[in-house]
Amino acid sequence: MLEVINLTSARGERTLFRNVSFKLDASGLLHVAGTNGSGKTSLLRILCGLGAADAGEVRWRGEPIHSVREAYWREGVYLGHANALKDDLSAIENLLMACTLAGRPASDGDAREALHAFGLAACSHLPVRALSQGQKRRSALARLALSTQARLWILDEPFSALDVAAVAHLEKLIVAYLDGGGSVIFTTHQDAAISARITQRIDLDKASVAAC
Amino acid sequence: MSSATPQTASGGINWFKYSSPQTFFPLAGTLAPWFAAIAAVLFVAGLYIGFFVAPTDAQQGESYRIIFIHVPAAWMSMLIYLAMAFWAGMGLAFNTRLSGMMATALAPTGALFTFIALWTGALWGKPTWGTWWVWDARLTSELLLLFLYFGFMALQAAMDDPRRADKAGAVLALVGVINIPIIYFSVKWWNTLHQGASVSLKSAPTMAATMFTGMIVMVFACWAYAIAAALWRVRCIILERERRSEWVADYLETQK
Amino acid sequence: MLNVMRAVIARDLTLAWRRRSDVFTSMIFFVIVASLFPLGIGPEPKLLLAIGPGIVWVAALLASMLALSRLFASDYADGTLEQMLLAATPLSVIVIAKVIAHWIAANLPLVLIAPLLGLQFGLPADALAVLALALALGTPSLSLIGAIGAALTLGLRGGGVLLALLVLPLYAPVLILGSLAVEATAAGLTAQPYLLLLAALSLGALSLAPWAVSAALRISYE
Repeated sequence: MLEVINLTSARGERTLFRNVSFKLDASGLLHVAGTNGSGKTSLLRILCGLGAADAGEVRWRGEPIHSVREAYWREGVYLGHANALKDDLSAIENLLMACTLAGRPASDGDAREALHAFGLAACSHLPVRALSQGQKRRSALARLALSTQARLWILDEPFSALDVAAVAHLEKLIVAYLDGGGSVIFTTHQDAAISARITQRIDLDKASVAAC
Repeated sequence: MSSATPQTASGGINWFKYSSPQTFFPLAGTLAPWFAAIAAVLFVAGLYIGFFVAPTDAQQGESYRIIFIHVPAAWMSMLIYLAMAFWAGMGLAFNTRLSGMMATALAPTGALFTFIALWTGALWGKPTWGTWWVWDARLTSELLLLFLYFGFMALQAAMDDPRRADKAGAVLALVGVINIPIIYFSVKWWNTLHQGASVSLKSAPTMAATMFTGMIVMVFACWAYAIAAALWRVRCIILERERRSEWVADYLETQK
Repeated sequence: MLNVMRAVIARDLTLAWRRRSDVFTSMIFFVIVASLFPLGIGPEPKLLLAIGPGIVWVAALLASMLALSRLFASDYADGTLEQMLLAATPLSVIVIAKVIAHWIAANLPLVLIAPLLGLQFGLPADALAVLALALALGTPSLSLIGAIGAALTLGLRGGGVLLALLVLPLYAPVLILGSLAVEATAAGLTAQPYLLLLAALSLGALSLAPWAVSAALRISYE
């Protein structure tokens, strides 16, 4: 479904990675590895269409993503470093807005349930400003529970700042999503139990693609 | 300005051959001195006609002679903005790096001509109207045009990434080009409505043939100068942006 | 598409309401700037009547411009703008919604308070009404053109001053037409042509600016 051909990216003088190519099919789980500054985030941003590559192409269902645009974004979810939460809105308001923008409007009940499942029952109506880092991250991740119809999740460090219970819940979500035919691309520093499901790994330090 | 384009320079044989910085660089280097020479010759000829051949104006005496600089500069200031927007638009549409560099290279020359037009307008205003500055429609539009040039250059200067600078500058130049006629007409209207006895730059009712010749020669001199300056500047920009590439290293080696 | 527009407008208005001190700040700025001019010029009623329309318009221009930095900056900082760029709705639609919300929160208060400032300059009643109407018709193009500048300067150092440099020259036609409309009324002439031209400028900006803003936003992220 997602096809990446000879992607090259540079930041100023420095080449981050060169000629990265891979294909990701349904139920594929791709782990992007590399040290800090190796270009993991740049790669993910290019994959979702936010960043521009210096060379190469990203295709979704055979079409370059820059020509299908909204059709691609309707099927994809990108969670970046930033939580994309407004401090002055509550977790539930943020979640509903994110779903509307993604073209998958959710009901109040669904949103509340998704937040509850992440252990945010007590604070789903507080302004996000009042939440801790971990709670903010969980509010952002709760979007995934409402994005199971999407075909591709691109997750930048989804496990950072999470406690054990939240990590377990997120892994459960990802596994269920993969079983449903979705594809996931993610980066992480932690050793996650999800490793067993990884189908491909890219190491940007070595610029190698390996099937697992 | 279009005669500075790689297309016409290549004689229409291969339109895209010179669109890469590497092939355009030596071409610009060859052409720039020629245009500079033409500019020098035409400036001397134009100024000679302007100062010694053209007759003294019946109403304004000798002071009118500043039009030989003022009018060509004012024309160039607008034309260069159009050329800049054209190149910026090309860069945005076809993603060619050289187009963005051309736009960046043209901006300072355009701003310079705008400034000259304003300054000579003020110098001309003092003996003619008795004041350095009048809110004449053309002077006011010219002033706003200068601000547009400043905005373009300041925006590009604030960006570290040349790719972003090119594209953002292109959007701004295109927005500006749509606005220039609106600005011009609103200023003109504002001017006619506010001033009962409006002073106008159209002060020479009939222009002697030699005056006209002198002015046309000066216009071409300004064209040649603008092309030469833009080509030299684009060479510097190319060297700076491509400094990591092998051909620049080779070139710098031969320059030692 | 309309759902998304409505949701974005509601979101931005909610945010503006929860941060309403910002709105008051730009209103107070507007009032202070317009009130400083008589202090610098002197209380001569005839003179104030002559320059009043222009001063109120310039003050509105500056207040509207200062509010522009709020349009995208916080969405850029917390990552929500990223999600708008990746939305299933075309970005230009979201941009229109954001500009509408911004206009309501930042410019509508100026429109409503402007007649009060006009009183300070001794403008007659019909001129006050035209002042408010001209601002209502002209400020949308200020927001739309300003949004291009705000998108272009996103995340740049010294963005605020740069934004002023980019945007203020482009505001000139609106300022000219808006002041002329009020002056014409004060002089007993019809303001209709100016008001129509202001509306035309706003419609023109509405048809072109959203695309320029979308392009500028994507460029800022690349």
